[in-house]
Amino acid sequence: MISFELTESQAMVRDVVRGLAKNELRERARACDEASRCPEELLERSWQLGLVSAGIPEALGGGRAGENGEGGEPTTHAIVLEELGYGCASLGAMVMAPLQLVRPLLDFGTEAQKKEYLPLFTAERYRVASIALHEPWFGFDPSQLRTTAVRQGDHYVLRGEKHLVPMADRSSHFLVIARENEPGLSGLSAFIVPRDAPGLSVHGEIEQTIGFQAMPWGRLTLNDLRAPLAWRLGGEQGIDGRRLLASLRVGGAALCVGLARAVTELATSYAKERVAFGEPIAKKQAIAFMIADMHTEVESMRWLVWKAASELERGVDATRSSVIAQDYVARKTMKIADDGIQVFGGHGFIRDYPLELWFRNARVLTVHEGPVCV
Amino acid sequence: MIDFTLSDNDRDILEQIRREGLVARKHARYYDDHEEELPPMALPEAAEFPSLPERVLKRPTTDTGVATFGMLMGIARSWGDTVPLRFNRTALGNAALNAAGTPEQKERWGKTMLAMAITEPGCGSDSKAIKTTAKRDGDHWVLDGEKIFVTTGIRAEGVVVWATIDPSAGRAGIKSFVVMKGTPGFEITRKEKKLGIRSSDTAALSFTHCKIPRDHLLGGDENVPKQGSGGFRGVMKTFNMTRPGVAAGGIGKARASLDFTVEALEREGVRIDWERGRAARSAVEAKLIQMEADTEAATLATLRAAWLADVNSDNNLEASISKSKGGEVARSVPQGCIEVLGALGASRQYLLEKWLRDGRISDIYEGTGQIQRLIIARTIFGYTSEELS
Repeated sequence: MISFELTESQAMVRDVVRGLAKNELRERARACDEASRCPEELLERSWQLGLVSAGIPEALGGGRAGENGEGGEPTTHAIVLEELGYGCASLGAMVMAPLQLVRPLLDFGTEAQKKEYLPLFTAERYRVASIALHEPWFGFDPSQLRTTAVRQGDHYVLRGEKHLVPMADRSSHFLVIARENEPGLSGLSAFIVPRDAPGLSVHGEIEQTIGFQAMPWGRLTLNDLRAPLAWRLGGEQGIDGRRLLASLRVGGAALCVGLARAVTELATSYAKERVAFGEPIAKKQAIAFMIADMHTEVESMRWLVWKAASELERGVDATRSSVIAQDYVARKTMKIADDGIQVFGGHGFIRDYPLELWFRNARVLTVHEGPVCV
Repeated sequence: MIDFTLSDNDRDILEQIRREGLVARKHARYYDDHEEELPPMALPEAAEFPSLPERVLKRPTTDTGVATFGMLMGIARSWGDTVPLRFNRTALGNAALNAAGTPEQKERWGKTMLAMAITEPGCGSDSKAIKTTAKRDGDHWVLDGEKIFVTTGIRAEGVVVWATIDPSAGRAGIKSFVVMKGTPGFEITRKEKKLGIRSSDTAALSFTHCKIPRDHLLGGDENVPKQGSGGFRGVMKTFNMTRPGVAAGGIGKARASLDFTVEALEREGVRIDWERGRAARSAVEAKLIQMEADTEAATLATLRAAWLADVNSDNNLEASISKSKGGEVARSVPQGCIEVLGALGASRQYLLEKWLRDGRISDIYEGTGQIQRLIIARTIFGYTSEELS
């Protein structure tokens, strides 16, 4: 039955996260960007909302009643991420960063792996682990990874280089994505590698991007790293690479919806205030039509994200729907961020105003198969 | 709960509409070439298909809401062709009757096919500028004026005509009147020749001292206030359901074009690799993915607008959003498909070039894309039509 109705608990969590987004993330976005740092207490305070542990089963100390996979997780995740993106996509991604390991564990982990790692993320204090997916080559394509995993008896040997690893400076574990078989997403494997594993060198906080300045991106070198079979996510069965990538596309797209919604709101109120030739510029069709389109696209992109998320939730292949969502959302978000600057005119270019920051963040977030993994 | 799945029964209904559409496609070229002929109320093959309306009426209430499902049916129907297997006995005027008629009027004309006459040679979207007048004469109204672009004006048995009873009152003076065919003074002056949707007749009408009974005023006689715009709004509300419907029609053309293109390319060994990253995509793959995304976005915006009606929420803004998106893909997708397929894509051997012509109207009728943007912007800014025009 086609429905756009949130469940009661989804509406509740949306409101809670919206509060955090507007009152905390949005307020601090500029300062964090300028300082290239997110204050510890902000991460701790957000952690207390239980957004990370909400998906972890009660039996392992988390907040989710019922069996794994139940509870409408992917659509709720999309709703939460939209709100965080509405506050500040960069800080929102840091708040949710631990999910980079938690969600794949929930999706693909063996019972033993879930028992070992999930309780780490139900503790009192903020704790993070990252996905190491991206590699430093132009035109990066996850279906053609150059990092390899080769089975040798009872262990694997990992070799390669990863970059743009979010929060690498403080991650206790890395979920290293490597190519084990032939090219293509079904040839992917994932390994839970502890920070102190021999053969792993971590270069924390060395990469800077046009946006997401508060996010420390790091680089990993895997130098014939010996990974026991127990580290291989999903054990002998491994992971579903198509599902992993679909899930990451949906997450990034959901953040975009929030970002685009915020830019549209900012442009709307500015256009009503800013007077030119004796009336608010909102009364000029050239501006009004631009903002009408921004609003239209924010709505449309949200439904694409929800549809892809609902396919993930039903456990069906969401490759097509997530690629479509990513394509659409990336195009429209970039256009909205760009038009937002145009509505603000010269003020859109000035760092005292918010638009240039949203524009830079949009550029990082809308990279296809991008480095923001939530 | 957020859900985009359909019941087996609903999927089966849509499947039948698509099968009917494939039959209709066999007749599509003929009625495109023979614009002067009205297609029959039912195509010869109609008898081979069980009647759908009854089946649709019997859908369980636990399935997708009736307005939302109506959009999916509209997309599926348009995916077939503009020539339907069976013509509905309702037209736009019936929607106005349902929205603004009295119970007695709905009873009287409920089974009459009614067209809708709003546009005039001197005004289209600016409908409050209409010049057709209705003057009271005892127990009658007397209509004088000219109407153009009346969809199904030839086929319909009657027409709902917008006319002003007080030109100085602006939109408050505009009322709608039911005029039956054969009324003295009511004439069909022309059947338009068009770029597309040629099997759908478009008429020009004239009213010369055309006298109709007083109770043919939609909404009833007592509803004739000199002040306020209740009558006008009543009819404008009609658009909250018809606009998503028009969007659905445009989306059907986009969907048909894309399906045709994807299949044609697959026969040439070109297919989308959904796994490969952006940089590895060919220009054709990138274009196809973009068109798939645009079409899906318009579809979901349209379902959303109709779903709001299903749950009894206001959908004025969303109706315009869906119409704006539907009109856009009806233009850009068939056009992009021809671009991708090359010269053969433009050939009259295939229907793709026809879908481009048929779809083009979607961004014009029932309010152009620009009118939709005005409505969207007014809603966002909280402006009246005087403040933003």
